[in-house]
Amino acid sequence: MLAPHATHHLQNIAASIRKDTILMLQKAGSGHTAGALGMTDVFSALYFVLLNHRPDEPNWPGRDYVFLSSGHINPVLYATLSEAGYFDKQELSTLRQINSRLQGHPHLGSLPGIESTSGPLGQGLSQAAGLALGLKMDGEPNRVYCLMSDAEQQEGQVWEAYMLIAKYRLNNLTIFIDRNNIQIGGKTEDVMPLESLSAKLKNFGLRVSEIDGHNFEEIIDAAREAQSFKEGATVIICNTTSGKGVSFMENKFEWHGKVPDESQTRKAIEEIDIKLREIQSE
Amino acid sequence: MSDQKQSTRDGFGVGLLELAASNPKVVGLCADLTESTRMQGFADKYPERFIQVGVAEQNMVGVAAGLALAGKIPFAASYAAFQPANSWGVIRTSVTYSNLNVKLVSSHAGLATGPDGATHQSLEDVSLMRVLPKMTVIVPADFEEARKAVHAAAAHKGPVYLQVSRSITDPITKVDSPFQIGKSSRLLEGDDITFISSGPIIANVLAAASKLVEIGIRARVINMATIKPLDVAVIREALFQTKMIITVEDQQRIGGLGSAVCEVAACIATEKTVHRVGVDDTFGESGSPDDLFKKYHLDAESIFTKTHELLAKVS
Repeated sequence: MLAPHATHHLQNIAASIRKDTILMLQKAGSGHTAGALGMTDVFSALYFVLLNHRPDEPNWPGRDYVFLSSGHINPVLYATLSEAGYFDKQELSTLRQINSRLQGHPHLGSLPGIESTSGPLGQGLSQAAGLALGLKMDGEPNRVYCLMSDAEQQEGQVWEAYMLIAKYRLNNLTIFIDRNNIQIGGKTEDVMPLESLSAKLKNFGLRVSEIDGHNFEEIIDAAREAQSFKEGATVIICNTTSGKGVSFMENKFEWHGKVPDESQTRKAIEEIDIKLREIQSE
Repeated sequence: MSDQKQSTRDGFGVGLLELAASNPKVVGLCADLTESTRMQGFADKYPERFIQVGVAEQNMVGVAAGLALAGKIPFAASYAAFQPANSWGVIRTSVTYSNLNVKLVSSHAGLATGPDGATHQSLEDVSLMRVLPKMTVIVPADFEEARKAVHAAAAHKGPVYLQVSRSITDPITKVDSPFQIGKSSRLLEGDDITFISSGPIIANVLAAASKLVEIGIRARVINMATIKPLDVAVIREALFQTKMIITVEDQQRIGGLGSAVCEVAACIATEKTVHRVGVDDTFGESGSPDDLFKKYHLDAESIFTKTHELLAKVS
């Protein structure tokens, strides 16, 4: 059980990350809002509970690695990294602008805390598998986390990677799939059905757990179980609500690749603050 | 060993074994073509450092990128028709944009692939690879050069594309000639015209050059083993010192070595021209490499005749 004060702490962090994400996207004028808000709770649990890392020493050799394969939701990664202290929050407002370290999609080497380059979907898992394999070869204890979108599972390279991950029993790799059921052109099950995703993954030789991606306790428990599972890699399917926290964005695929204007931004931030007060007074 | 007829893929296999013995960071990946890419020796000797990825070229490149992030020096091998053709986007984003220390080795390039036919005769890989920022492109001419290129690729920090071939040729370079990325070598002295070529097809260029001597034309032959970065000084020199440059490659005329040389020549004020010999915007077909080179005008006789015609026009 997560202690109430720990839950409150994570809720505060997630609210702060959501607000930063919305503000930076509004300032940038382009980018992906829905997926970023949907994965905020997973990012909060990862960076503020689960990861071994040192924000003031981003290349610390003992760190765990996070590969965001669905690079288009990187505002949530940037907001999380700055929340954790990797760089100053002021820099968030430079997202997508000329000479910014905050590139439109994550680029290795541009910003402290970015561990891999992504953007074109389906490429992160192979890189994460290669890193996990290399760490295992050297007997290193670091864990690799790969975060993917659900629609990304439509890329063939992902399944090539799953086969290799099962073959080499990469038990130092944990995979999170953001199952929000939407993609840029509509619902995943209309564009290209993924179900039964869990059964498919199991058939590929992976351990699968399915959780509520907005429940901190479930996220943390699932990740810790994955850590103690020695037979191979675990995929954690996180059922999430795209646009989570902002009522007019929730579950609307139109918000996949859209950003809020000024008044929508104000409304969204107000709502996040009100909701935070509500859940914490329960 | 080097005075025997051997291929550049054999040179890769031997070079990789030498390198692995001295550098424990070297790992090998293969997409189920271990024997024919000559990675088998490495896989047998270092099973704990060999990763068989199966028939999955995109994943192979991504896994190689991850291994590079873990501090390894990965050599990923397949056929040039699959790598980069099937994995170009992965090479672009996962390797070159991150500037990772990945070495891609692609065998069976060009018409020299022979009877397998057009599907397997990669004529576009040099073009596809040299357009990528950060990528180094090496096309060794013979066994010895390929062997040395493996060591040079490992010593170079960053992505490298090493194209090798199943063509078996007599030695073209010398055992003691140094190999340096970005430096060409002069295989034959001459001041009338200049051939610039790379890969085992140079054997045909040298044969054509011998025939040209019989009619009083002395051709300079440059082995441009590194296509990126290009040895620009040597191209400039050839442009000023000789009547013309003729490039010869077992690749498309569009986008490869010939294009690279033209890009340089176009920026140098001169009335002289560059003529590009290569595959002329068409696919190959099945046949023996010798028959194919004849049909596609890459044999010594065709190179000779073409040069003779071109010289008749300028003089």
